[in-house]
Amino acid sequence: MRVFTKEFWFQFASPKTFYPFAGRLIPWFAGAALLLTVVGLYLGFFVAPVDYQQGNSYRIMFIHVPAAWMSMFIYVVMCVYAALGLVLNTRLSDMMAAALAPTGAMFTFLALWTGALWGRPTWGTYWVWDARLTSELILLFLYLGYMALRAAIDDPRRASRASGLLALVGVVNVPIIYFSVQWWNTLHQGASVSLTSAPTMAMTMFTAMLVMTFAFWAYAIAVALYRVRLIILERERHARWVVELAEQER
Amino acid sequence: MKKRSKRLLLVLTLLTGIGVTITLVVTAFNENMLFFYSPSDVKAQKAPTDRSFRIGGLVEEGSLVREDDGLTVHFVVTDNAERVPVVYTGILPDLFREGQGVVAQGRLSPDGRFIADQVLAKHDETYMPPEVAEALERAKAQQSGNAAQVMEVAQ
Repeated sequence: MRVFTKEFWFQFASPKTFYPFAGRLIPWFAGAALLLTVVGLYLGFFVAPVDYQQGNSYRIMFIHVPAAWMSMFIYVVMCVYAALGLVLNTRLSDMMAAALAPTGAMFTFLALWTGALWGRPTWGTYWVWDARLTSELILLFLYLGYMALRAAIDDPRRASRASGLLALVGVVNVPIIYFSVQWWNTLHQGASVSLTSAPTMAMTMFTAMLVMTFAFWAYAIAVALYRVRLIILERERHARWVVELAEQER
Repeated sequence: MKKRSKRLLLVLTLLTGIGVTITLVVTAFNENMLFFYSPSDVKAQKAPTDRSFRIGGLVEEGSLVREDDGLTVHFVVTDNAERVPVVYTGILPDLFREGQGVVAQGRLSPDGRFIADQVLAKHDETYMPPEVAEALERAKAQQSGNAAQVMEVAQ
């Protein structure tokens, strides 16, 4: 079958093939993101029951938890692309890593912000320097540092190598964030959802959270593909197919 | 060795190196990464006496006493092994309850009481509707054969 050949997969590593392919995918993921957000927020705010301890204020969880998951997950994906770029010297991998960073930073900020708003009524404070909160803040700085380093170096190949290494160094922070609540005494509670045990929350709450997670996934993919198309055009502006494309558009 | 495998080796070595370094650092600083001390730590004199620190545990059932000024509260923090009495003047967070987790910042006074200047509520990772919580309470009470408690919850 065609799908199992090396050539089939390698064609997507070429910016020229990937550009129109990404363009076709974007509307589907954008549509899915919109639909899932509406459904997820409806489930979270109207269907899920109140919590026996926190009443309604726990509902910010439906944004906070998926955002925090995405902030870590996007970083790992970004690192995989950065590593591929460093090892195989594929331009597109590096462009994908660059396209993911702003979205990851946005989700990290969202997780920190909603966490502060949730912490004030429940814990009694917006911020504490416990291991979970501090390591998540470091993640935000890693994203910002990655983007700043890229922007600071003019030569794209040197920029991608330097920022790729920075991204790889920072990946150790991800398990630290995830396991911080187990390794140390933190004010932040432990994980309600894990791969090894049943979620410690009501089923409707869990469903709403899962739907919101898929919504954020779809959003992240749509936005990253949109951004990578722009990066491709900018980086490959001297390639013949880009010049031809620009002439067609005119 | 091909250039590509060389670069792969470099990346892998780098990652392993960082991993090992972080593991060592984290292990070495483990003691200092604690956000709070437990009552057992305090009784074992592991907590500092000369500066302020945080103490964490459960608010003991039936230990909460309010003074007449309406702001000063006395309660006992326990980890089901040791107990430390705490005094605090100020507004308590919404989730502050007997039997619930709490983290208090302050100093130990010579008489063994903990004078807190900040009290934070710690909640666990369990979320459920109130009816389920009640049903669980009831089941627990039934199991222990405590009829009085069943009546109390049912009312």
